[in-house]
Amino acid sequence: MVVADLIVDFGESILDGIDALGKFILFMLGAAYYALTPPYKPRLMIRQIRIIGAESFFLIVLISAFTGMVLGLQGYNSLRRFGSEGALGTLVSLTLVRELGPVLAALMIAARAGSAMAAELGSMQTTEQIDALTVMAINPIQYLVSPRLLAGIISFPLLTSVFDVIGIWGGYMIGVVLMGAPGSSYMNGIATYMTKHDIITGIVKSLVFGIVVIWVCCYKGYHAKRMATGVSRATTEAVVLSSVLILAWDYFLTAVML
Amino acid sequence: MNKDGNIATNGAHGTDQNAIAVRDLRKRFGRQVVLDGVNLEVPGAMVTCIVGPSGGGKTVLLKHLNLLMRADSGSIIIDGDDVTRLSNRALNQVREKLGMLFQAGALFDSMSIFENVAFPLVEKTDLSDDEIEARVRDTLNSVGLEGVDNKFPSELSGGMQKRAALARALVHRPKILMLDEPTTGLDPARTGAIHRLIRETQQKYGLTVVMVSHDVPQVFEVCDRVAFIHRGQIRLYGTPQEVTSAHDEIFDRFLAGRAAGDGAELGAN
Repeated sequence: MVVADLIVDFGESILDGIDALGKFILFMLGAAYYALTPPYKPRLMIRQIRIIGAESFFLIVLISAFTGMVLGLQGYNSLRRFGSEGALGTLVSLTLVRELGPVLAALMIAARAGSAMAAELGSMQTTEQIDALTVMAINPIQYLVSPRLLAGIISFPLLTSVFDVIGIWGGYMIGVVLMGAPGSSYMNGIATYMTKHDIITGIVKSLVFGIVVIWVCCYKGYHAKRMATGVSRATTEAVVLSSVLILAWDYFLTAVML
Repeated sequence: MNKDGNIATNGAHGTDQNAIAVRDLRKRFGRQVVLDGVNLEVPGAMVTCIVGPSGGGKTVLLKHLNLLMRADSGSIIIDGDDVTRLSNRALNQVREKLGMLFQAGALFDSMSIFENVAFPLVEKTDLSDDEIEARVRDTLNSVGLEGVDNKFPSELSGGMQKRAALARALVHRPKILMLDEPTTGLDPARTGAIHRLIRETQQKYGLTVVMVSHDVPQVFEVCDRVAFIHRGQIRLYGTPQEVTSAHDEIFDRFLAGRAAGDGAELGAN
């Protein structure tokens, strides 16, 4: 009987997992569908662009500056061993544009805006505000999730671009101004070796990461359990899962687009 | 006891004036049966209270009536529509006839009281800004809330939040108003005030009201009909006088508020 119970429990956990995966996928498909069908909610989308994009701007500037500076410092010290300081600009720019820009920007936005999103939706769920929308014949996915999805698709590439530019500048300040790498080589390296494919790779990654972060954070918040730890658990899981998926998708996209 | 095993103490079953009719409604969550063949008729333009012990299925039944849940089987007729057979899109048309006051109000935290009450009109109607403003003010006045337009829900007392939530439920002039334990967390004075407000609102707008309540027997003062739900079935139904004089042992024990040891027999979780 014990073995039978174990088998039943195992089977139920498999079924629960499949059910949860299905709900996860249908949730985002629903949000994408309602984002493209009327009634459209431009004001809500603009509000979310402000929250996700504009209010993350200073944080992105700060993180990208330090990232670029570290890249400049480490890159200069490494390249100097081979007498290749002139390649610093290429190193910093390609590293940022192809990898660190999209990944770090997405991680920071997930930590800041994603967690807030999960907490807000989780709080609405636990206080029946989402049920209130449903009873008012307002589709809560269309009202709450679709504007966030569109805002994420717009904000993530823009913020990533800001990250790249500020990061390249940070690398210049440290590598060239402070450490003495040749400035003309820094800029020429970027112009010569940075291709359209590199830029497109970075933008595609930022788009995918944006969808992933919004998807996960909205899903976790929307399905927060109505208990004392419901919102905090949803927020934590949202950030952790977003972070893991950003890194996993980074690998897949790099492998595909390299 | 009728053929379904439910004790019915009046002739409200099968009348033609019912706003809502529930037939053999069943719902389970996993292995737990919550609604076990509910039969209920809610007369139009009256206040019907659903009472019962915790875990008896009151809130789950209300969530089926306000279309937040789908039943496993059975039917629910709301204003002539069998909602158990409707698509989600068609359900939205039925929802526009309903107003709902949630237990904690469920006001939107990020909006002012005015914005909260105006919300259903802004989202679902083509009324002009002036018309919306006039309707919102009129509705807020009717629930006794003046001068709180620009305040946020967190700045109001519990009683005022309930009034604001009631205003939001009424602003689009629904036919049926549903209330989930509207007086939970309020002191006796405010409880009485909310009950009086519900009765006055029902009479003013000619509403059908369905109310889940724990405030027995105080809530009987405002009810025209009482449905006592026990272990997922309507055990008693009738006017407050009929129900309280039915001498049903389980209902009498519920009314007397026995200790937790008896709660298990009453179906409490």
